[in-house]
Amino acid sequence: MAKRVLIPTPLRKLTDNEHEIEVAANTIGEAITELQSRYPGIQERLLDETGRIRGFVSVWLNGEDIRFLKNQQTTLRDGDEISILPAISGG
Amino acid sequence: MEKHEGFMRALKCRECGREYPLAATHVCEFDFGPLEVVYDYDRIKKSLTREAIQSRPKSMWRYRELLPVANDPTVGLQVGFTPLIKADRLARELGIRELWIKNDTVNYPSLSFKDRVVSVALSRARELGFDTVACASTGNLANSVAANAASAGLKSYVFIPSDLEQGKIVNSLIYGANVIGIKGHYDEVNRLCAEIAGKFGWAFVNVNMRPYYAEGSKSLAYEIAEQLGWRVAQHTVVPMASGSLLTKIHKGYQELIKLGLTPDAETHLHGAQATGCSPISTAQKAGLDFFKPVKPNTIAKSLAIGTPADGFYALKVIKETGGGAEDVTDDEIRDSIRLLAETEGIFAETAGGVTVGVAKKLIASGKIPRGDSAVLCITGNGLKTLDAVNGHVGQPREIKPSLREFEALLSQENRTVNA
Repeated sequence: MAKRVLIPTPLRKLTDNEHEIEVAANTIGEAITELQSRYPGIQERLLDETGRIRGFVSVWLNGEDIRFLKNQQTTLRDGDEISILPAISGG
Repeated sequence: MEKHEGFMRALKCRECGREYPLAATHVCEFDFGPLEVVYDYDRIKKSLTREAIQSRPKSMWRYRELLPVANDPTVGLQVGFTPLIKADRLARELGIRELWIKNDTVNYPSLSFKDRVVSVALSRARELGFDTVACASTGNLANSVAANAASAGLKSYVFIPSDLEQGKIVNSLIYGANVIGIKGHYDEVNRLCAEIAGKFGWAFVNVNMRPYYAEGSKSLAYEIAEQLGWRVAQHTVVPMASGSLLTKIHKGYQELIKLGLTPDAETHLHGAQATGCSPISTAQKAGLDFFKPVKPNTIAKSLAIGTPADGFYALKVIKETGGGAEDVTDDEIRDSIRLLAETEGIFAETAGGVTVGVAKKLIASGKIPRGDSAVLCITGNGLKTLDAVNGHVGQPREIKPSLREFEALLSQENRTVNA
């Protein structure tokens, strides 16, 4: 089994409107590189000039914010679900 | 691209400045920065004078030109214009010259400041043709969406952490809303709602409707300034969950100054959090301009957002206005709820305890000078979070319906007092 990446609405123009994309990457960082190779332009939406995930982007691995894990170095296993989302206001 | 709607000009990314049409969308496609409504202030200035405002009904909609709807609002026409109380007894306790309470515990209809943002979001959702509204909520927003959707005849889905206070759950169910309890923190509820919003064509008030929704909070600032006799507050203490309210109150003051409705004056914005969920106040105290996400653990559940979306902007506003931030423990929150109730007769929810407790600390440390004037934003009603104080406020003393028993009780108490 591969790993699934859930694509948020603002990025779907880049992914031919695909909501979910399977990747083979072994870390979050590699997954972003893999997405970039298949959907050019996606990386600069997610990473700032220094290569870090942008402040208004949050990435979740199986429901856990990767900032509580190892950020881009977080390792992936088969069947993992990665969700990329814009940060959201309160309630 | 540019298509005026009412006094709105466009949506604009706060980060890169790219502009978007006035649709149900909330983030910049390029850098995920939040979108904000851009207004035509020149036109607003011609229409919105003190005289015009004062001639209108006493609700938040008397500042209608500064709220993001194209036509007349259709939801929540009675919301806002809550009392601004001069809190002399609490001022003496906290040791400050002048203190005011902006009392949104009695906001209409659902007893929290959230009715402000929801009446804007639902009015705008109707303009954009939605028939179903939804939200991710720590409780108060769910109550407000449920109530206002019911009165507007809209269908609603509200998503909340399943461990919320009973009062907040019942307060959503009663209106016939679809209440979905999520086994997780608010941040997880939020994530799920972002995923749902991407799949279902609903108006999520704090997701795809967020640029409109968030603007409703500015009305607190307009009202405070008008009720102070057309001046911006010298200090305003604001509870912080996502940090949005603090940034919008600041924006509201700045708009009034820009429009010449109040004189230009210094205004300091101070942020209040619970120690059990204090990513913003911790960063502020450490002098950082970014925060580290946390896992919340506090009785102030309405403020329990560990990944505050507007935290970055809240830190910026606090810094720019020379304000401060503090946080208080659960015990301090309960003590402060009691202090507010015993001095001013206002029963606030836990977030109100946070605000009063933090004001006390900021005054004690001199961040708010004792000779100054401050406004505390009390944003929700204590009847909704009874669980938080139950068992900490004593018990009624029971006697038989007999005068002798009552006199015995009093004399016993007097002995105890004199002993």
